[in-house]
Amino acid sequence: METKKELVVSAIKDGTVIDHIPANSLFKVISILELNKIETPITIGSNLESKKLGKKGIIKISNKFPNDSDLNKISLFAPEAKINIIRNYEVVEKKIVQLPDTIEGIVKCMNPKCITNFEQVKTRFVVIDKKNVTLKCCYCEKITNQENFEMR
Amino acid sequence: MKNKSLISIHDYSKEDYFKILEWSDIFRKNPNEYENLLLGKVIATLFFEPSTRTRLSFESAVQRMGGRIIGFSDPGSSSVQKGESLKDTILTVAQYADLIVMRHPIEGSARWASEVSPIPIINAGDGANQHPTQCLLDLYTIKETQKTLENLTITFIGDLKYGRTVHSLIQAMSNFNPTFHLVSPDTLKLPNEYKLLLNERNIQYYEHKDMSEVIKQSDIVYVTRVQRERFSDPIEYEKVKNAYVLDLTMLDGTKPNLKVLHPLPRVNEITVDVDDSDKAYYFQQALNGVYTRMAIIALILGLKN
Repeated sequence: METKKELVVSAIKDGTVIDHIPANSLFKVISILELNKIETPITIGSNLESKKLGKKGIIKISNKFPNDSDLNKISLFAPEAKINIIRNYEVVEKKIVQLPDTIEGIVKCMNPKCITNFEQVKTRFVVIDKKNVTLKCCYCEKITNQENFEMR
Repeated sequence: MKNKSLISIHDYSKEDYFKILEWSDIFRKNPNEYENLLLGKVIATLFFEPSTRTRLSFESAVQRMGGRIIGFSDPGSSSVQKGESLKDTILTVAQYADLIVMRHPIEGSARWASEVSPIPIINAGDGANQHPTQCLLDLYTIKETQKTLENLTITFIGDLKYGRTVHSLIQAMSNFNPTFHLVSPDTLKLPNEYKLLLNERNIQYYEHKDMSEVIKQSDIVYVTRVQRERFSDPIEYEKVKNAYVLDLTMLDGTKPNLKVLHPLPRVNEITVDVDDSDKAYYFQQALNGVYTRMAIIALILGLKN
């Protein structure tokens, strides 16, 4: 039972827990979900030990339940994130994130000659390879790879 | 196609392409019959970077159909110089015209323009990205000279790495079961992403460093310029520059239906003695550009369907 273990980040009564975030993506996830604009309590753990990821991050958001399309956006940086929905200290639903077919905003197009890097144009990409997270810009039609992701 | 911007070669369906080719042919055969088709229409040609050839071709197409033209051929003389955004330029010009033809050095600019514009946009080149009307005039010229687009052997010579026209034509022709021969210096080979596409579609292609044998098997030879500025080492350029020059003697023993195409401007990659051969077709290809653009404009404005 989990209760025998000591929780590094304290449990919440109601809300959303996002676990298995790669440690170096934690603050990107916070930014994508715009958690800085939320006024309910949020507890964040960083650089926690993880057998799977080495070091991981975890976010517990009280009394908020982001919708799936917002949660799926974090899959760009945390493809293995696990979402637990908590009601009265119990996990009532478990979800995994899925990469959407198109990505709007969030990342920059890596082509320095792309219009999105010159004018105020929201980036838009088609996901052409979900496994390797490969994006094709809808404007300049160039490819941006996972290793070149840079937040807008 | 009515009111649908033409930004990328991927925007239109195969049926749309055939429609454009069909109307290009009608305009070519009866060039004087449509001199009032664009009466009362204003076409804006916005050239944010100079391209005399493409601009004149579009303007000729408009004039031959009786339309009027506004625009600029040098952004230095426009409000762009004052720091106006592309969005504002497009939204303003859209108040004055029925259709915008634009060329811009920044990639994706035409797509962005089409998203903000209330009137249709034709992309006349956005940086190294797309130049769909060039591709359509190439397709038209191939169909005109070979009577078909199916099962042709096409040799591409020159800069296959940066050549935008080559990339578009390879993608478009790959719908028609071609065999491609790709002749280029090592440093200017066709990028992998296009080879993957060809593999996916089971299209035969062969890479060569020497053109002399493969042009004898070809129905179309498509020559592009190997530009000095593409080489970081000038000695490398000197070594290869003559290997990619087509001269008249090399046309000996080629197929009777062979046509030599070139997107122009030519520098020295096709010697002038080739011009007199009936296999040289690049100037007719340029003329076909006018008919193809007439067809595209008429179809987008809904004046033909």
